[in-house]
Parts: sequence; C-alpha cells; structure tokens
Amino acid sequence: MIAPLDILKKKRSEALDRIHSKEYLSIKRVHVGMATCEIAAGSKEVMDVFLQAVKSGLTDVCVSQKGCAGRCNFEPTVEVMEDGKIPVKYCKVTPEMAKQIIERHLKKGEVIRDWADSGKVKQPEKEKFEEGHLCSHFQRVFGDVDFFSRQMRIVLRNCGIIDPESIDDYLSARGYEALAKVLTEMTPVQVIDALKKSGLRGRGGAGFPTGVKWELTARENSEEKFVICNADEGDPGAFMDRSTIEGDPHTVIEGILIGGYAIGANKGIIYIRAEYPLAVKRLEKAIIDAGSQGFLGENILGSNFSFNIEIRLGAGAFVCGEETALIHSIEGHRGMPRPRPPFPSVRGLFDKPTLINNVETWANIPVVIIHGAEWFSSIGTQKSKGTKVFALAGKITNTGLVEVPMGTTLREIVYDIGAGIPGNKKFKAIQTGGPSGGCLSEEYLDTPIDYDSLAKAGSIMGSGGMIIIDEDSCMVNVARFFLEFTQNESCGKCAPCREGTKRMLEILTRITEGKGEEGDIEKLERLGTMIKKASLCGLGQSAPNPVLSTIKNFRIEYEEHIRDKKCRAHFCPSLLEYTIIDKCVGCGLCRKACPAGAITGALKSRHEIDKQKCIKCGACYKVCKFSAISRV
Amino acid sequence: MAKKIKIYIDNRPYEVEDGQTIMQAADKLGYHIPRLCYHPKLSIEGACRVCIVQVEGMKNYVASCAYPVADGMKILTHTKELRTARRDIVELILDNHPEDCHTCERDGICELQRLAYAMGLRHRHFEGERKCYAKDLSSESVIRDPNKCILCGRCVRICSEIQKVNNLGYAYRGFKTVVIPAYDMPFSESVCTACGQCINVCPTAAFVEKNHTQELFEKLQDDNFVKVVQFAPSVRAAIGEAFGFEPGVSKEKETVAALRRLGFDYVFDTQFCADLTIMEEASEFLERLKGKGKLPMITSCSSAWMKCMEQFYPDLIGNISTCKSPMSMMGALLKTYFADKIKTEPKKILSVAVMCCTAKKYEASRPELRINGMPAVDIVVTTRELAWMIKSGGVDFINIKGEDFDKPLGLSSGGGAIFGATGGVMEAAIRTAYELYTGEPLMEIEINELRGLKGIKEGLISLDGAQVRVAVAHGLGNANALLEIVRKDPGRYHFIEIMGCPGGCIGGGGQPYAGLNSIPLDEDTLKKRAQALYDIDRHKTIRRAHNNPDIRRLYREFLGKPLGEKSHELLHTHYKAKFPRGIIPQELTTR
Amino acid sequence: MSCSVKAQDSKLSELNRFMDALKGASRSESNLIAILHKVQELYGYLDRDAMDEVAATMNIPTAHIWGVATFYHYFKLKKPGKHVIAICLGTACYIKGAGEILEKLKEELKTDIGGMTSDGLFSLEEARCLGACGLAPVMMIDGKIYGSLTPKKVSEILQGYRKRSSGE
Repeated sequence: MIAPLDILKKKRSEALDRIHSKEYLSIKRVHVGMATCEIAAGSKEVMDVFLQAVKSGLTDVCVSQKGCAGRCNFEPTVEVMEDGKIPVKYCKVTPEMAKQIIERHLKKGEVIRDWADSGKVKQPEKEKFEEGHLCSHFQRVFGDVDFFSRQMRIVLRNCGIIDPESIDDYLSARGYEALAKVLTEMTPVQVIDALKKSGLRGRGGAGFPTGVKWELTARENSEEKFVICNADEGDPGAFMDRSTIEGDPHTVIEGILIGGYAIGANKGIIYIRAEYPLAVKRLEKAIIDAGSQGFLGENILGSNFSFNIEIRLGAGAFVCGEETALIHSIEGHRGMPRPRPPFPSVRGLFDKPTLINNVETWANIPVVIIHGAEWFSSIGTQKSKGTKVFALAGKITNTGLVEVPMGTTLREIVYDIGAGIPGNKKFKAIQTGGPSGGCLSEEYLDTPIDYDSLAKAGSIMGSGGMIIIDEDSCMVNVARFFLEFTQNESCGKCAPCREGTKRMLEILTRITEGKGEEGDIEKLERLGTMIKKASLCGLGQSAPNPVLSTIKNFRIEYEEHIRDKKCRAHFCPSLLEYTIIDKCVGCGLCRKACPAGAITGALKSRHEIDKQKCIKCGACYKVCKFSAISRV
Repeated sequence: MAKKIKIYIDNRPYEVEDGQTIMQAADKLGYHIPRLCYHPKLSIEGACRVCIVQVEGMKNYVASCAYPVADGMKILTHTKELRTARRDIVELILDNHPEDCHTCERDGICELQRLAYAMGLRHRHFEGERKCYAKDLSSESVIRDPNKCILCGRCVRICSEIQKVNNLGYAYRGFKTVVIPAYDMPFSESVCTACGQCINVCPTAAFVEKNHTQELFEKLQDDNFVKVVQFAPSVRAAIGEAFGFEPGVSKEKETVAALRRLGFDYVFDTQFCADLTIMEEASEFLERLKGKGKLPMITSCSSAWMKCMEQFYPDLIGNISTCKSPMSMMGALLKTYFADKIKTEPKKILSVAVMCCTAKKYEASRPELRINGMPAVDIVVTTRELAWMIKSGGVDFINIKGEDFDKPLGLSSGGGAIFGATGGVMEAAIRTAYELYTGEPLMEIEINELRGLKGIKEGLISLDGAQVRVAVAHGLGNANALLEIVRKDPGRYHFIEIMGCPGGCIGGGGQPYAGLNSIPLDEDTLKKRAQALYDIDRHKTIRRAHNNPDIRRLYREFLGKPLGEKSHELLHTHYKAKFPRGIIPQELTTR
Repeated sequence: MSCSVKAQDSKLSELNRFMDALKGASRSESNLIAILHKVQELYGYLDRDAMDEVAATMNIPTAHIWGVATFYHYFKLKKPGKHVIAICLGTACYIKGAGEILEKLKEELKTDIGGMTSDGLFSLEEARCLGACGLAPVMMIDGKIYGSLTPKKVSEILQGYRKRSSGE
C-alpha cells in the first residue's frame, strides 16, 4: 500500500506540471483580485482588459485571479510578478490604468511607481518564515508593504496569492499535505494531542480550547458524528471568513477533513451565509475538485478514512452563529438556540455528537499540523496562541484585513498597520467583537490582543470585527447602533433578551433624542447586567456589552446627553443648536436651503435662525460657504 | 436506580438522585422555584428564564428546568441578586402585556398574575412599546389574543408534541415573534382541530374559548323558550376544582341543582345519550363484524378528533362510526322526541350543552347535524364557563344541596359515566356488544387494560370464540401513532376508540384551570377525575347501557330499534374530507 | 388525491424536481431552508402555493414552514420590485453616513424599507454588511454593488435604471 503522503507528493508534482505547462514561456504573471470586495470595486472590468490583451496577442504573460489580500481601501489590486524581482503591487486599478500597465510595464518593462504600493517602504525588518514554510509565500509577495510587513499571515497565508479556484495552486502551496500527514503518521489521539499542545483556541469569539473541544467529541461513542464549519459570519463590519473562503477555500476543507479524522466523523457540513454567493460558488468548486482528486469521498488517499462535505446555506440570522441555533438551522428549523447542556459534543446535529468550529479556526489546522504544536505555541501570549484576523474598518486610514500575532497591542494595529485616523481627527474609541463586544477608550490602546486582556478591559476578542471610532462619533449613538442590531437579531425565544434589549434600546434612543432622564444610566446598567447573566444564549449574554462598556468608558457622554442635552460629537441631531454668527455675509443660501423656513434675514445682512421653527436638519450648516453657522 | 449524589441548595446539603434537573430535585425537597414556560409533559424550552438559579462556578445564571444536577453542586435559589433578576424578568414580560387584569377573563386564575404577585412587583421601571395585534375571533371554539401572549411556547409545544396537529407555530422573530397558524391565517381557516389544549396550558388569556355565557344569560331570561340543558360526564368530575374542591370529587347533583338555579327548566344528562350511543355503536360494530362495513371501526364521539380525521385521515372516513356524539344525539332528541313529549314547538326549545370540551362548540355549528333546519344544540358552554356563570349568577355552589336529573332523558348506566375517561367508550361498548352478540351478560365488566393514561392501550375480547382486537388512543398525537399502525396493517384491530384530548374528555380543553402551584393537565389530576367517573360507575346498579330502562323505553316509544330508520335519521351522520389551506395530504402524516 | 396544486407551470415542476432529488434521503426535511432558497430563486419571493407544495412533498407542517420563512431575513414574503435595492446598514457604512443615503433613497423612491415603488420598478431593503466596507457607504442593486455613495450619486444611479427601463 502506498502511504497517503506519497500519493499526495505525486499529486503535487502533477499539479506543478500542469501549472508549468500553462505558464509555459510566461515570464510575467499578472494576478487580479477577484474577491467580492475587489469585484465591487471594479476588478472584473480590469480583469477583462488583461484577458482581452492576452487574447489579442500579448505573450509572455500569464493572467490569473486571486483572492483578497486584505487591502480594502486600495482595491482593485493587481500584482505583476517576475522571477527574481519583488512583485509590483498596483492599487486602485481602473481599466484605463490596466491598459497602461499592459503597454508600459508588461510590454516595455517599466514599473509605474506612482501607482504601485511596492518599493515605497522599507524591507521587512526580519524574515519571519524560512523558505518552504507554509506562510513564507505571502511574505515573499507582500513583505515589502508596511501594511503587511507588520502582520503575520497564518490563516490568510494563501489569500491574495493563489487562484482560489485552482486546486493545483493550492497543492503547489503544500496543500493537503497536512491531511496526508495525519493519515500517514498520526492517530486521531495524536492529532488531538497536537491541537491541545498548540494552545489553539476557538476563533469564533468565546475562545474555547480547540483541542479540548475535539477531545470531548472524539470521546463520545456514536456510529455517526458530524463536523460543522460555522461560516455564518454575521457581525456587521466583519468579513474575515468571507475573505478566507473566497481566497483559499481548500484550506478550510483540509482543516475540516483533519477534524473529521480526529473525532471519527464521516460527514462535514459548511454552514455559510447565503449573502456570500461568491464564497459559496468557490466552496462548491473546491469540494468538487477535492473530490475528483481523491481528498473527499471514500478511502481518502488510499486510507481507511472516508469523508464527505455538504454546504448548507443560512438565510440571514445573526443568532445562527450560536452553535445550537446553527444546528437547528441546519436541521431545517428556526434558528433558535436551546439550553446547554447537553453540549453539541454530546448531542448536536440530529442529536449526534458534533464538532463545530468557525472558518478561521479550521484554516489554522493545516498549519498547526505541518509545522507542529511547538512552533504554533511559540507565537502569541501565554494563554492565547497563534494569530488573530481582524477586519479593520471605520475611521482609519488603512481599512482591510489584518492578521497579527496574539499579544500585538491595539495601538500597533491602529497606528502602525492602520496608519492612524484620517483627516486630522482625534481617536476616540476602538470597538472589538462587533455587537457582542465593547468599546475601549484611548487608555486601553496598549492592551495586548488576547482573549483574556480584552475581556479584562471590558470588551471581547469576538470573531474579529474591529471598528475605529473618532471624535465625530457619539458613543451613546454607537452603543445604540449595536444594540439596535442585536435587538433586531434577537430570536425572540427568551424573555430577557427579547423584552430587555427592546427596553434598553428605547432608553438609549430616548437619550440620543434629548429625552433622557436621571436614572436612565442606572436602568441600563441594571437591565444590562441581568440580560447578560440570565439570557439563554450567547447573543443575549453579550448584547448589553456595547452599552455597558460605553457606560464604563464614556459615562461622561451619557451624562452630557441626559443632563446638559449636549452631544459632544455633534452627532445627535436633536441635541444640536444652530446659530448664525458674525461671519454671515447675508448671501441667503441658508435661507433658501432651510426646509422649515426657520431662517430670516435681508440680503447682505446677518441672518437669524428661529429656534422654535428649526428642525435641526443641518441643511444650513452644509450650504454655508462662510462658516457662519455655529453648531453646538 | 439512579446513583445518589450530594448537592447543596441554599447551603443545605441534600442527597438526591443523579440524572435529574435542578428543578426536579428541588421540587422533591420542598422548594418551588418560580417558573413559567416549564411544563412536565412538554419538551424543555428554557425560554422564560424565570426559574434561574445560581450555581457555584458558573458565570451566568442557569435555568433550573434544563440544567442537570451534578455531584457536589452548590445551588442558590433566592439570593438578593436572583430575586431582583427574576423580578425584572417578570416585569419585562408584564411590560409587554396588556394592563387589563380586572377586565380579563383569567383575572384571579392567571399564572402570570400569580407570578407577578409572588415576585413582589410593586413598581414598573421599564415600560415602553407594547405589542398591538388584532384578536382572532374567527373560530367557533378558540379565541387567540396575541397581545396577551408571553411566548412561553406551551401552546406551540402541546399542539406539535402532544397533539401533533402542528397548527400553531412561532412566526417572525425577536420582539415581533407571534404564535400563529401558517400564513398568519385565521383559526377558522387553519388546521386547528378546536381541541382547546392550547387554552388548557396557556398561563394567561392568550387563548380562551369563544365565550357564550352572556348570550346564555340573556336567553335564560327569555320566557319564549323552554330552557333545556345537558352536561357531559367529565363536567361533574372537574367542576368542583373551580370552587376549590379537590380534583376527583364528583359534583353531579350539585351541578344539576345549580343549573336549575340559573334558570333551566329541564336538566338532562349527556350520559343518557352516551348509553344511546353505545346501543347504536355496539350494534353498528356487530354489523361490521358480520361483514357489513369496514373494519376497524373507529369511534366518532370526540369532536376534535372528527375535525382532525376529516383533515388528516380522510382515507379512514369509511372506518369511522356514523354515530353522532352523545351531545348531538341529545340535541336531536330534544328537538323531536322531547318536544313532542312536552307538546312544545321544537323551535321553542333552547338546547344548551355544558361540555368539558371546546371543540363541541365547533361541532354544534356543523350544518349536517341540524335537525329540521334547527341546530340540535343551540349553545355550548364549557365547564369553565359554567363555573363562572354559577359564580356570576349568585349560586352558592359550595353549600348547595344536590338534586336529581329530570326525566325522561336523565337516567344513565355506569357505562355512560365512564365515557369521559380514555378507554371508557370502548369499555362501555364491550359491555353491551358482548351481551348483544352472545346473549349473555359480560361478567368481568371492569376492563383494566383499557383504563389508565398509557398513550395506546390494546385489548383482546372473546365473543363466543371470535377474537376481537381493540385499541384505545387518547390525545391526537397518540391517535396519529395508532392510525399509522392501522394504515400499514388494516387488519390488526377490529375496534378503535380515539379521544382528542389527553386523558379523554376529563382532560378536555374546556376544563377548569389549574390551581396554585399545580400545572394544567397534571397527570395526578387527570387520574383523580377519571377515578371520580369510575366511582360513579361502580356505585350504579345499572352498569350496562342496554339495561337502562329509559333507553329501552326510548326505543320502544320512538326510535324502534338500534340502526333503525329513525335512528339513522336522527342519530347518525356522515363526514367529508376537509382541506384547509396548506394541509398535508392524506397519504402523508403530520410530524 | 391531494390538495396540492397540480404541477402545471414550469416553476412548480422545477421546484418539484429539486425536491424529488432530496426527498428520498434520510432527514430530507432538514433541507427546508435550501428548498425555500430554491422557491425564492424561482419566484423571487416565497410564494404561498409553492410553500404548500413544499409542505405536501416534503411532509413538513405548514406552520413550521411559515415559522422558518418568517424567521430568516433573507426570505421575502412579498413579491419584490423589478430591481431590488439593498442598502447596507452595517457598521462601517453607518459610520460613513449610510443613514443619509437611506433617507435619500426613501425620498427618491417614496417608500420605506420593505416597500416597493408604485410602478413596481424598485423595492427597497436593508442589508447587513455586504463585505465592501472599504467602499462604504454602499448599496447593492440586483447583486451589483455601488460604493462610496453620496445622495447625489444615488439619484444618478436610480435615474440610470429608470432610463434603461423606459427604453426597453
């Protein structure tokens, strides 16, 4: 019998042959970003320009698609690679620019520096990965970009590098080697031991030790077990899982396969949002390709291990990120959670022992297996190992996907990777963990990112949403926004969450409308604390977090809203007061713009606002060319 | 025998059995942790969070209804923190519930009201928007008021788990969640069987019967009518509970006396017509046994079961006994035989029925049961409604002296009495069929295999050497299971009794609400109600329907013989398939 | 006999083909959400006759189907307009002014979220994060994403659709 590892090596060399024959005589390779975000930014049109050029005779060039590397504000992105040279990374490429790139760079070898992100910054301080390491490829391509050089790409190691729709690309990046390795030389117990030793914790938010979870499921005696990949990424503002699947679907599949082998399951289910059609399409293709290469199905790589994966679509319910709700949804029910115990590891999908991990956790598995628990556990902090992916967004110069070692401080992310707040605005808060998380003020910026430190600071790691908030945002309103989201997403099953979040939202709304009363903050705290401790599932148990953390860290803003009827960010319209100051030249623009007819004044003389009539819409403020309207 | 473990409740050590929930363990130790969505016969929902307790080592509270005990577990049930949390949860529920307790039908017998009282809710902190939906008044039997619904889900669970009708479900989500039939359809167009179990388990007045008491009070004042009332066996076995009597105390004679005080001219016994039903049904069965008609024959006296059958099992219509229910037989006799007797125009007879059942209201409205264009039964009120009428009508039910039924439709055998308990119809039918077939009286007339609360009961009766296999199911879920067997193996049984409600009519949807610290459809209560009926049977000298002298006289004077022409005209009916929107076709079953 | 609507039109027969493929398998009723996705793909929303057909074929109580249909945001219970506009109200978009964009859309379309224009050309929905936060605020029309929106840009985009529609 041939060992699975040997079969894999043969498959890999076949894949490489196929790639080389395709790229035969190609000196330059052009990678065009084709993830949902890139396409939204217009990359399809750019891709068409390149493909058209090849069709009409451009030689020496091989064009292929890639997933999103995570530079959201620079999309569409195009990389031109040449052997022996640092890849040139073009940003915000339009079809017109693409034509120029073809003419000048591809045909004449002229790098258009003004459009490129590479070469502008210093070389990475030190090489993080030796040649051949699973994570080294990313570093080779993007290591010279500041945004990336401070990151460490384990989960996203192939995103933006390989063609996600090509299993050959994945194989060439040592894909499925981890699977072959466990099938060849590791028993399920050894796999679980390795996981436990690695210190990997669930990346879905709660941070439960992955190895322990696997062990608990493996321990159950059952004819039938299930492995589930939770790809129901529901946090508003988070898109790590979508990018991972769109950029490197096979990694997730490989992780699931290893999990199935370790716990003794033969069936995997990927539960993914229906709002991610491209990710679904790529997963479907990946499953078919993996099946035809013998990585799925009966007797995988000649071993006794058989496994199949099925995709199940969600239908838009944030609560389905909760594992019992997710199970109900896969079973075809309303996604309502149930009390635990029994835990899914004992009684899960169809009442069978079930192992659930999220996309990011699964994507870590092959790397842990290939490079070992010891290596993995050398990254990160004492209790939080490895890296964490964040979707950095909000009032920040560099938006995008950020993968950093645990222990990196929030400040490094905001200022070094994110390059600070745009527009000379002042940093106010950082929100992590999405609607389940909290808002931390400036004093917490030196908090290292790990499960425990963030929890101690009053927020959570969460699944990876990270929103930067500047002085223009009102913290009461930010809290209200998140609570409105969770309140809307409450499944309605348990009373504290269903009724309590509604009441909290009403109080918050009242405060932002200038109708806050003494005692409102205490009511919010009383309700919030009760809801956290009494709710049935994680959604309710974390729903008050944005409110409680903003009360803790920005209490003064609440008090100003309630007592002084003032919003320091000038965000809450009801609390604004518009007056016309001396700068007014009497041009009359504001008078015309006012929908309420509240502004009077003769031409060329100072105008006035009737405060009784003013509806605080801000139209005058926006049209005034002389900064003559004060807003306080 | 489960392993013994040690737990601590409020710092007191106890030895309890492993494998139970905290609530179960605490219940046996004299604690009563407050609760709302919990029901021992239904699956664990864990939704209301009223039964939360603190467990040492747990960050959050746990729902004691769902959380298992473990060795060494330290449980706190009423710390200050918990009391505040529970109080706030109940207030939150109350804040989204109408403030109309004084004008609510369940004022004083509402579980939410009791809970709010027990939590010591004296102020409101969190009032805000309340839900605002229209009441569904479309059904003849069940009224749905979503504004009063607190989403405990007991109705959804009983409708799907116990009754397997699946009419009710949650729709929408979050604050907008409602319990409603498919497509938000009105009840009248839904697959609701009118069994009323949702009313039984509802802790508030989100489900109530369509109330006919005001109409009845008015009619009772109308001198143009001769006011005639009948009441079902199970009414007497349960009505006392509404007045604080223990379950299982028969209040037959007191009910007769109270009905007279309310203004009825004649008080008759539905049990008389139960005897009549037995005469017809036993004869029909023997005919079928001889090859005239389909077997197994299935009983037809439960109105919820009849609607259920027409919707879900129209393929079995040929198996259903054509006998009307005892109530409708009585109605038919009142407007013919009895009207004649008292020389009154039939339309001047007000035919009223007091039933343990909500579906009887629906049955009374069925057009095919009309007699010469008149409804056989004009008004149906439930046990609960009668209890309220007695209170409202100024009758001292607690101290009233009992009276006897009127003649000629008031005398019944023991067989008629046990109709109210599951298996009773079958038992009574066997008593008569045996003698009709063999010519000899059945000696062992108490058939224990057919008694009790087992979901499906089977029996074997030897009729002169012919083996007759019978089966009994109570609750539509059990009926479903039994009929699936029949569909697969039609020859397995000869005779089947089906009752729509758990326990039979004694567990009907119109019975009194549960008392303090007790739970609707409590098994113990059902057993006691059944025992009341079995006791009535045992104390009767006449225990077989065919021995009832007034039944004999009825046949002699009016009907002729069982299954005769007159019987067919007045006592038998027909069924047809019904397909409310979205119904699952006959070849498939409900889940 | 059955109450189910006879599979006359092509949508219904395609739906039935889809269900037949799932029906035989064990736990086939667990595919309900996938089937409802199919219904929506075929009809543009969850048509009641189609749901009846699902109930009958898959042996799932209608109340259960209704519960699922109303639970998930993705399922539409009403027939949508010709073009479906989904305005993203995710965090990034919100911070970058999605509220203003929404107001503009409401004003232009004279309808609210969940509504349809009187001519049936547009229906307006809200979306959770569309995953294009770098382009915030964004909206999606029939699957195409429009980013970096301003109220003015919204008017222009809508005008484009209106023109194309009247030109047809």
